[in-house]
Amino acid sequence: MHDKVDVLIIGSGASGAAVAYSLADTKMRILCLEQGDWVKPTDYPTNGRDWEARLFADFAINPNRRARETDYPINNGSSPVQVVNFNGVGGSTIMYTAHYPRLHPSDFRVKTLDGVADDWPVDYETLEPFFAENDRMMGVSGLAGDPAYPHHQPPMPPLPLGKTGQAFGRTLNKLGWHWWPSDSAIATTEYDGRAACINLGHCTPGCAQGAKASTDITYWPAAIRAGVELRTRARVREITVDKEGMATGAIYYDAEGKEQFQPAEMVIVACNGIGTPRLMLNSQSGKFPNGIANSSGLLGKNLMFHPFALTYGYVEEPLDGNQGPPLNLWSQEFYETDRSRGFVRGYTLQLHRGTGSIVEAITSTAAGRLPWGEEHHKVYRQLLGHRLAMSTITEDLPEEHNRVTLDPVMKDSHGIPAPRIHYTMGENTRKMMDHGIARSKDILEAAGATNIDGEAPILNGGWHLMGTARMGTDPERSVVNEWGRCHDVKNMFIVDGSIWVTSGGVNPTSTIQALALYIADNIKKHLGEGTLFE
Amino acid sequence: MTHPTLTDAEARDLRVLAGVMIPASDTYKVPGADDAAIFADILKSLERDTGDVRTALKQLATLAGGAFADLAPERRRDVAAAFKLEGGAPLSALNRVVLLCYYRDDRVMRSLGQEPRSPFPKGHVVEQGDWSLLDPVKKRAPMWRRAR
Repeated sequence: MHDKVDVLIIGSGASGAAVAYSLADTKMRILCLEQGDWVKPTDYPTNGRDWEARLFADFAINPNRRARETDYPINNGSSPVQVVNFNGVGGSTIMYTAHYPRLHPSDFRVKTLDGVADDWPVDYETLEPFFAENDRMMGVSGLAGDPAYPHHQPPMPPLPLGKTGQAFGRTLNKLGWHWWPSDSAIATTEYDGRAACINLGHCTPGCAQGAKASTDITYWPAAIRAGVELRTRARVREITVDKEGMATGAIYYDAEGKEQFQPAEMVIVACNGIGTPRLMLNSQSGKFPNGIANSSGLLGKNLMFHPFALTYGYVEEPLDGNQGPPLNLWSQEFYETDRSRGFVRGYTLQLHRGTGSIVEAITSTAAGRLPWGEEHHKVYRQLLGHRLAMSTITEDLPEEHNRVTLDPVMKDSHGIPAPRIHYTMGENTRKMMDHGIARSKDILEAAGATNIDGEAPILNGGWHLMGTARMGTDPERSVVNEWGRCHDVKNMFIVDGSIWVTSGGVNPTSTIQALALYIADNIKKHLGEGTLFE
Repeated sequence: MTHPTLTDAEARDLRVLAGVMIPASDTYKVPGADDAAIFADILKSLERDTGDVRTALKQLATLAGGAFADLAPERRRDVAAAFKLEGGAPLSALNRVVLLCYYRDDRVMRSLGQEPRSPFPKGHVVEQGDWSLLDPVKKRAPMWRRAR
């Protein structure tokens, strides 16, 4: 058995890293268990000529396709959207686009403003200092003054517009619609020991330059310097409890597959909106026969994805192709509720830079645009570097039938039951997506695009995993309280996207991390007051 | 992880099919996907898609009524056209491997005006662009809703 630690964090991704860093100044003994490995900069695909091929192999976004030893399988059979993630130090920040918007003030008050779902027990103003601290730690580029947001000042200037950005800018100006340079967790100048972006191309499968802010190169070096221990290849099977229902630690499998027990004074779960309910549902005991901290019965329920719709066309003018980060602009023209549209809430349009040469060939062949035979070469040259694409990122409302359960058959390499996803798109989301596709086509037509096509919902689009252990003040309607502590287990916290009450319509990482810093701050305050476990 | 390899007959059919999919072009000065170097790369890169590719080739042979490679050129085109319609997911995997290897060939990349190199460490240049395009958006009133 290992020595007892004060704080055991499970998962080293976006939120686990942030909470570890913030708690480090307490000088408590903090340990993080991570099922994956460190990823070396030389491992990333853009180091090689086969970089696009590896998007379909060891750097595939879908863990079932990637199938590394450190991945766990996911049964997506009952969902039109498949879960995508990465398992390793940095978690899915290793394989995200680093598109980094915050939730808006209205996103925390959906019941009050729009009469749907529930309000959050925290608000934008409360989180604002934690957003700012997180922007500083991750290193965010962007441009102050976006009329779609309260004022904030990103630490670095925005990513370049490029040819594609200018094409979008001209077109959206013609339509009179909002657009703005995205907040991106990508360094545009040298920043805190990180080199500036050199436009390697598609950032999703990791950044060989180190310009993209994954937490292995932002929070973790700082946390480790401050004394936090990070133990890799440690896959947690269950969180254990004593007779009083307090967490006592976790059982995990080490790199050799040996079962280990790690005792702890408190446990913080940071395994994302799928991994967290999976782990907690697997943590069954006499006290918690239906999974730890699940007296509400809501653990695993209310899964929200942000279903994406991809819409694109081809223009005559040359664009940036895959050169430069894939996302650098957003439009929030349709973000806030307008009931005349036939739905409540709204969506972001992510405006894409372009597509890699091979991905263009593969997707265009699949869509029937790119023929076999003599015409192949001519048509391909008309498509490559001319794709104008955008995605609608819809707000997904919480519905209990959308959920994560334990698969009765599928298990990971350690025999731990795998998660099973049950998901259907709600009526409001579907209407919103249709609206987003129609407006995307308006943009493409205004830009003079032809060959307009798309995918809705994007099959491999389950990037954003939220809602499966929601926060709230009522223990019968939520799993954690307003500062992330489990209602049922007073020394156990959840800090990842599981605790989201509603989803907003933006990429969630910035807000997930701000929430993790906010929860860490509350832990420290209650620790100081002697009320942490009361 | 080890993957099974194709039989000689499967490899022969695949090479001929690759040439039908992407033939050499004098106009664009590019080899076909059945070029020796490109096809060697294809065979080496099947890996986790080998099973799907074998399934696809079996279907191709069924449509051809025997070895696809033994068909006359005109008949090959007809069978390939039918295969394209009916191939499904296994054909998608086959198609993907052919394209992955074809479009990373030095000769093909140069023909497209690309440098045959990895993205790192040289990277690419992306122009800043005309930031005055944002001026009309900057003039807009705040769009976000106050929640209090």
